Amino acid sequence: MILLLFIIIPLLGGLFAWLFGRRSDPAARWISLVSLLIEQALVVLLWFRNPAAGIGPGAWFADLHSSWIPQLGISFHLAMDGLSLLMVSLTAFLGIMSVAISWTEIRERVGFFHLNLLFILAGINGVFLSMDLFLFYFFWELMLVPMYFLISIWGHENRTYAAIKFFIFTQLSGLLMLLSILGIYFVHARNTGVYTFDYFRLIGTSMTPAVSFWLMMGFFIAFAVKLPAVPFHTWLPDAHTEAPTAGSVVLAGLLLKTGAYGLIRFLVPLFPAAARSLAPAAMILGVIGILYGAVLAFGQRDLKRLVAYTSVSHMGFVLLGIFAWNDLALQGTVLQMICHGISTGALFMLVGALQERIHTRDMDVMGGMWESIPRMGAVVLFFALASLGLPGLGNFVAEFLVLLGSYKVSVIMTSFAVTGLVFATVYSLWIVQRAFHGEKRREWTISDLSLREMAVMFFMIVSLVWLGLYPRPVIDTARPAITGLMQSATSMEAPAAMANGSGNNGGTASQAVMNSGIRELME
Amino acid sequence: MNLAELYAFSPFIVLSATSIVVMLGIAFYRNHVVTNLVTLLGLAVSFLVLPMVASWIPRQVTPLIIEDRYAFFYSGLILASTFLTAMLSYDYLEKLPGDPEEYYLLLILAAFGSVILVASSHFASFFLGLEILSVSLYALIAYPRGMTRNIEAGIKYLVLAGLSSALLLFGMALVYATTGTMEFARLASQAFDTGGPIFLGGTALIIAGVGFKLAVVPFHMWTPDVYEGAPAPVTGFIATVSKGAMFALLLRYFIGVDVISHRSLFLVFAVISVASMFVGNLLALLQKNVKRILAYSSISHLGYLLVAFLAGGAFRVAAVTYYLVAYFITTLGAFGVITVLSGKEREAEDIEGYQGLAKERPWLAAVFTAMLFSLAGIPLTAGFFAKYYVLLAGVGSALWFLVIIMVINSAIGLYYYLRIIVAMYGHAGEKRHFIEEGMSITGGFVLFVLTSLLVWFGVYPGPLVEFIQKTAALLG
Repeated sequence: MILLLFIIIPLLGGLFAWLFGRRSDPAARWISLVSLLIEQALVVLLWFRNPAAGIGPGAWFADLHSSWIPQLGISFHLAMDGLSLLMVSLTAFLGIMSVAISWTEIRERVGFFHLNLLFILAGINGVFLSMDLFLFYFFWELMLVPMYFLISIWGHENRTYAAIKFFIFTQLSGLLMLLSILGIYFVHARNTGVYTFDYFRLIGTSMTPAVSFWLMMGFFIAFAVKLPAVPFHTWLPDAHTEAPTAGSVVLAGLLLKTGAYGLIRFLVPLFPAAARSLAPAAMILGVIGILYGAVLAFGQRDLKRLVAYTSVSHMGFVLLGIFAWNDLALQGTVLQMICHGISTGALFMLVGALQERIHTRDMDVMGGMWESIPRMGAVVLFFALASLGLPGLGNFVAEFLVLLGSYKVSVIMTSFAVTGLVFATVYSLWIVQRAFHGEKRREWTISDLSLREMAVMFFMIVSLVWLGLYPRPVIDTARPAITGLMQSATSMEAPAAMANGSGNNGGTASQAVMNSGIRELME
Repeated sequence: MNLAELYAFSPFIVLSATSIVVMLGIAFYRNHVVTNLVTLLGLAVSFLVLPMVASWIPRQVTPLIIEDRYAFFYSGLILASTFLTAMLSYDYLEKLPGDPEEYYLLLILAAFGSVILVASSHFASFFLGLEILSVSLYALIAYPRGMTRNIEAGIKYLVLAGLSSALLLFGMALVYATTGTMEFARLASQAFDTGGPIFLGGTALIIAGVGFKLAVVPFHMWTPDVYEGAPAPVTGFIATVSKGAMFALLLRYFIGVDVISHRSLFLVFAVISVASMFVGNLLALLQKNVKRILAYSSISHLGYLLVAFLAGGAFRVAAVTYYLVAYFITTLGAFGVITVLSGKEREAEDIEGYQGLAKERPWLAAVFTAMLFSLAGIPLTAGFFAKYYVLLAGVGSALWFLVIIMVINSAIGLYYYLRIIVAMYGHAGEKRHFIEEGMSITGGFVLFVLTSLLVWFGVYPGPLVEFIQKTAALLG
C-alpha cells in the first residue's frame, strides 16, 4: 500500500494546493512543500527496509498488485526495487527543490502552478513504479499534460511553440511505444493464451528476431525521444529554454530520466537479443550525443540553452552505459542519472535566479558579475566543475564508471566518449568565464543569492559531494536491482541460445565474474 | 405481433407516443417549460423501459426490426444523448426569438429514427429510420428562423442528404435485384462471396449513402458548413446520435462478413479510413472556427473508428462500441460548452474569442479542456481508452499500416486541440465572444454529468468494458 502513497500524496497535495491557492499563495507553496517532504520521508523509510526477493528477479522493497481492468488483462501493479527507489527519491528531492526555487519566481496562478508541478511528479513516480506495461504507458502519457501547461502558461517568450513541440514529439513517440506494447501483448497471448500486460509475465516472451526488432524499435524511439538521443533531441533545447525554472529542473532532472529508466527496465529485459543487435548503433548515437551536445552547448549565447545542450551531452553517457549493458556501466548509468539530475537542475536554478534579477539570459550582456554577486558566482563555479566531471563530485564517479564499463565493450567508442569530457571542461568554464569574469559591461546592482536560495544550493552541493566521495550506499541499493535486470535479460536469452545450438551462456557468466573482479579492485 | 414482441418493442412505442403527446400538447397549450419536461420525461421513460424488458430479447419483431442486446445498448446511448441534448437546448432556445416548442418534437422524431436504425435488420426499416432521422434534421438545422446561415446550412444538408438517400435507395435496389432478399442476415452469408458486378455496384452505392451520413472522405463536403451553420446543440446531436446510429447499422450490416478477407471491400474501407484521417486532421489545422475544427476532427475520428471496424476478431464490435460511447460523451460535452457560452447574437465559435476563458470562467475552461484532451486521447479521459481500444483491435488483426497512420494522425490532431487550449489559457484578448457569466442549472448539470462520465470511463473503465464485451459477444 505504501507505493500507492507515492502517487496519491502528490495528487492530493496538488489538489489542495490548488484549492487553497485560490485564497492565498503561500498556502499553495507550503502545502506542496509539506506533501513532498512527506514523500521524501517515506522513501527514506523504505530505504531502511530489507528488500525481499520473490516478486521478480532481484531484490524488492515493496509490491502492490490489484486488478484494474481485468477484462483486458490490465492490472494495477506497482513494485519498487533499488532502481525505482533511487529514482523516486530523486523525484521527491528535486520536487522539494523546485517548489523552493519557485517561491518568488512564480507569482501568477500560484495554486494552479503547484497543481501541475505535483501532478507531473505523481506521473513520474508512477512511471518509476509501474510493473504493468499498460499502467506504465498510462503514467507516461499522464505526466505530459501538466508539463505542457507548465511550459505554456508560465514559460518565457516563445513558450507556446516550445510547449506544443514538446507535446507532439513525446506523444507521437509514446504512441509508437503503445503499439509495441500491444504487439508484445498479442505475441504473448498467442504463445500462452493469457492476455496480460504484466511486466514479469511478459519478460521472456519468445518471438522471432524480426518481430522482436520492430517491437523493440517502438520502445526505443519513445525512450530515445525522452532521453533525448540525437537525432530525436530537437524538442529539448526549446522546451528547456522556454520552461519556467521549476519546469526546466523537472524536465532535465526527472523527465529525461524516465527515458533512461525505460531503457534499463523495459527495453533490454523484454528484448535482450534485439537490444544486443541494436547496441552498437545505440552506443554510436550515445557518443554522437556526447560530442554533438557539447559542441552545440559551446556555441550558445543563451545561458539556459547552453545548459540544455549540456543535458544532451550528459545523457549520451547514459545511452552509452545502458547499451554497454554490464555491471559497471549500469551502475555508472544510474549514478549519472542522479548526479546529472542534481547538477543540471542546480544550473537551471541558478540561470533562473539570474534571469529573475537581470531579466535576460544572454551571455553577451553579462560579464564581470562576480564582484557584485560573489556567492552566486561561487555556486555556479561549483556546479560547472561538477558538470565537467571534477573528481570528488558525483558526476566524475558516474562518468568514470560508464567509461570503464563501455571500455570492455568497445575501446574506440569509449575513446571518443572520453573526448567529450574535454569539451565539457571547455563549456563549463566558459559559463563562468563569460558570465562572471571578463569585461564588466554594466554596473551591476543586483542582490546576491537569498537565504532560501542558499539553503537549496546547500542541499544540492552536499548531495553531490556525498555522491562523489561515498557513492557506496547508492550503488549498493542499485546493484541488486541491476543484477536482477541482467538476470532476467540473460535467462530469457539462454533458451534461445540453446535452441540455436550455441551456448554462449558461459560467456556471459564468465563476464559477470570478471565484472565483479574489477569491482573488487576498485573498492 | 404477439405480446412478447410487443414488450420487446415497448421502448420504441413509448418514444413514438411521446412525440404524439408533445405534438398534441403544443397544439393545445404552448409552453416551453412544459414541452421540455414532457420530452425529458418521455425520453427518460423509454430509456428506463430498456432494462425492464431486457428479458424479452433477443427477438425478431416482424422481419424489419431486431431487438437484441446490441440494439438496446445503442438505443440507450441514443436516448441518453437526446435527453442531454434536450436539456442543453432549453436555455439556448430561450435566447432565440420565435417559438421553441416544435424543436422538441423534431428532436424526438430524430431520436426515433436513430433507434430504428440501430435495430433494423432489413432494407425497409433501414431506409425508413434514415428518412425519419434526416427529415427531422433538416428542420432542426434550420430551426432558428430568420438566421440566414441556419437556413443555408439546412438547405445544404437537405440537398446532399437527399442525394445520398437516392444513392442508397438505388444501391438497395441493385442488391435486391441480385440476391432477392432485403434482410441483412441473409444477404451477408452468401452474397459477398458470389455476388457479381451488379451486387458489388449496389454495395458501393450503399457504402456511399452511408458514407454521407458518417461524413467520411470523400463524402464529407457538407460537414464543416453544416456544423458551423446549425445551432450548437443540434450540431452536437448530428455529430453524435446521427453518426453513431449510422455506424452501429454499418457494423450490423457487415457483421457476418469478414471484411479483411474480401480484398476489394477491405480496400474501399481502408482508403476511406486513411483519407478521412488525413483530410480531417490536415484541414482542421487551417481552421479558425471552433465548430469547424470540431467538424474536421469528427471526420478524422470516423476514420479512426473505421480502423476498428476493419479489424476482425473479438475486439471489433467492442472497440467500435467503446469508441462510440467515448465519442458521444466527448462530443456532446464539447458542443455543450459551446452552447453554454453562446450568446443571443452569435455563437462562441471564433477561436480568438476563447482567449482568457480560463481566467473568466475557470470551470467551463476546465470542462472544455477535458473534452479536448479526450478527443486527443490523453489519459484520465474516456477518449484515451477509446483510442487504446481501437489500436488494440487494429494490432490484434495486424493492420499495422492503418494503425501507424492512426498514430501519426493523432499527433497531427493534437496540434489543433492544443491551439484551442492555448487560446483558453492565454491572456484575454480584445475580442471576447463568450458570455461573461451566468450558467443555467440545466447546462451545468449536463456538463457535470458528461465530465463525470468522461473521467469515470477514463480512470475505471472495467465495468463498461465488461458490459460492452457481453453485448458484442452476442452479436459477433
